[in-house]
Amino acid sequence: MTLKTTVNTAARRGPSLAWRKLWQGGPDAKPLNALAVHAVLLGYTLLALAPILLVIMNSFKSRRAIFNDPLALPTVDSFSLVGYQRVLERSDFGLYFGNSILVTVIPLFLVLLFGAMCAWALAEYRFRGSRLLALYMAIGIMVPIRLGTVSILEIMVALNLVNTHMALILVYTAQGLPLAIFILTEFMRQIPRDLKEAARCDGASEYRIFFQIALPLIRPAIATVAVFTMVPMWNDLWFPLILAPGEKTQTIQLGVQQFIGQYATDWNAVLSALTLAVLPVLVLYVFFSQQLIRGLTAGAVK
Amino acid sequence: MVTDAQRRFPWHIIFFLGPAVLIYTVFSAWPLLDTLRLSLFTETGPGTRAFYGVGNFITLLTDPNWSVPFWNALWNNTKFFLIHMLVQNPIGLLLAALISLRGLRGAKVYRTLIFLPTLLSVVIIGFIWQLILSPLWGVSEGLLEAIGLGHLFDAWLGNESSALITLALISVWQFVGIPLMLIYASLIAVPDELIEAAVVEGASAWRIFWQIKLPLILPTMGLVTILTFVGNFNAFELIYAVKGALAGPNFSTDILGTFFYRTFFGYQSQIGSATMGATVASMMFFVILCGVAAYFFVIQRRLQRYEM
Repeated sequence: MTLKTTVNTAARRGPSLAWRKLWQGGPDAKPLNALAVHAVLLGYTLLALAPILLVIMNSFKSRRAIFNDPLALPTVDSFSLVGYQRVLERSDFGLYFGNSILVTVIPLFLVLLFGAMCAWALAEYRFRGSRLLALYMAIGIMVPIRLGTVSILEIMVALNLVNTHMALILVYTAQGLPLAIFILTEFMRQIPRDLKEAARCDGASEYRIFFQIALPLIRPAIATVAVFTMVPMWNDLWFPLILAPGEKTQTIQLGVQQFIGQYATDWNAVLSALTLAVLPVLVLYVFFSQQLIRGLTAGAVK
Repeated sequence: MVTDAQRRFPWHIIFFLGPAVLIYTVFSAWPLLDTLRLSLFTETGPGTRAFYGVGNFITLLTDPNWSVPFWNALWNNTKFFLIHMLVQNPIGLLLAALISLRGLRGAKVYRTLIFLPTLLSVVIIGFIWQLILSPLWGVSEGLLEAIGLGHLFDAWLGNESSALITLALISVWQFVGIPLMLIYASLIAVPDELIEAAVVEGASAWRIFWQIKLPLILPTMGLVTILTFVGNFNAFELIYAVKGALAGPNFSTDILGTFFYRTFFGYQSQIGSATMGATVASMMFFVILCGVAAYFFVIQRRLQRYEM
């Protein structure tokens, strides 16, 4: 029996008698106080969320209420959208959003497609140097692409790509590929041999086997890789700052950074800008948190 | 039997590998090698370069104009890393140990919520904490006063002695979710039989944790350590967002990432230099390489023996 099935059967059985005894404080086991555990976890959860909630909450209040009673929820009297109004008037938030979506979604698609293709080749075909190639692609997991910035900038200048979305798209694709290939190769190996052989006997081409059999089968893994790949791209500040700082190509991180520098004293505007920048991630997390956490935990156990 | 497909040139392998290998090579592997190469050159005039051997490295390590900020950044970065190791990872371990307790209600909710800050951009997290800790707004001051510790309040981000520690703690607050998740995943994989046997023998929950669970998850602790190391020695955004490229006050929060940025792009009166930038990036590469090598050859090899 593998480890995973052991854990699964144990989980299905529910907490064993011994554990229940321990939980309720058996006669010889040191009592483990469930209340204390919840107190610690609740306390930490509050610490993790309070700063974010505080900013969101105060972004909906008038300037006076922000200062007089920062910890209070907005009321009918103190409610105000003046911060949002100012952010939307004075900055190109819509443009920044659009840029960020563009330089996240396109590289994401490329990482998933090219990553899956490469993973398929590494897992399925035997050719000279395939192990070395897998190792070469995996180096990028541990060595940050940021260390090559000097040359990346020179390449982009030579290609005339500075201050274009293309520069960021190419760099983010290169950045996301190693981990995607590493994870997807594992999943490609698990596709049953019979399926592929049957297709080959029917005369299906290698391309067809990949696109119509392999790719649909590893869809859950692709979804997990997608979440992992997307977050660092959306959150990156380094490459937008260096490769695309122009007014037209700014991403949301760079836009917020500069907006807040300019309007540091306008608290309404600052709090609203922060909230606007946080919201998309919060919304995504609500939808994908299960996927993300399952991926994180499954990846670590393996 | 050799089929037609095998005898023909395997174009399909090229098709599958090509795009990924090409993009990765041109925009990741090659720039890294080229940066190492550039660190051996020096700028002799606008747009011209000459081979300089390890001259840049000697300048970086011995010329006081370069070595003082470099060692300062390296030392600050080490402190930044140590604070993560001493605060972030033990807290992650504690929370993971609690959340993974069998029969705990709401475990899913806790881990989902505690992981949330990890996903937000470092830029935004930096600004949020800057507002909270600012003496102007006084949210933190007011909270401290409410519990009778108001006299402890200070402009932590503004003082040379406390700015780096404060920034490291902000980073710890944000990224505690990563060790939490990795440790949690390996804790729930510890076989029930082992734990039950220990309970039957009369071991306390405390002893079970220290003598059974912890030794079993040591490989994960090794992984958490190297991930923290690489992440910390590559950090930049938080310091830049809160303190700017000058990493004030008086460079007390300067780490390798901000030092690299200033060297490459210049600041105030100093002109940026691509070759010196490449030299600093190469030093960062060597530091990270040492950490990764130590992980693979020392930690991981030794820990494997304990694997389940």
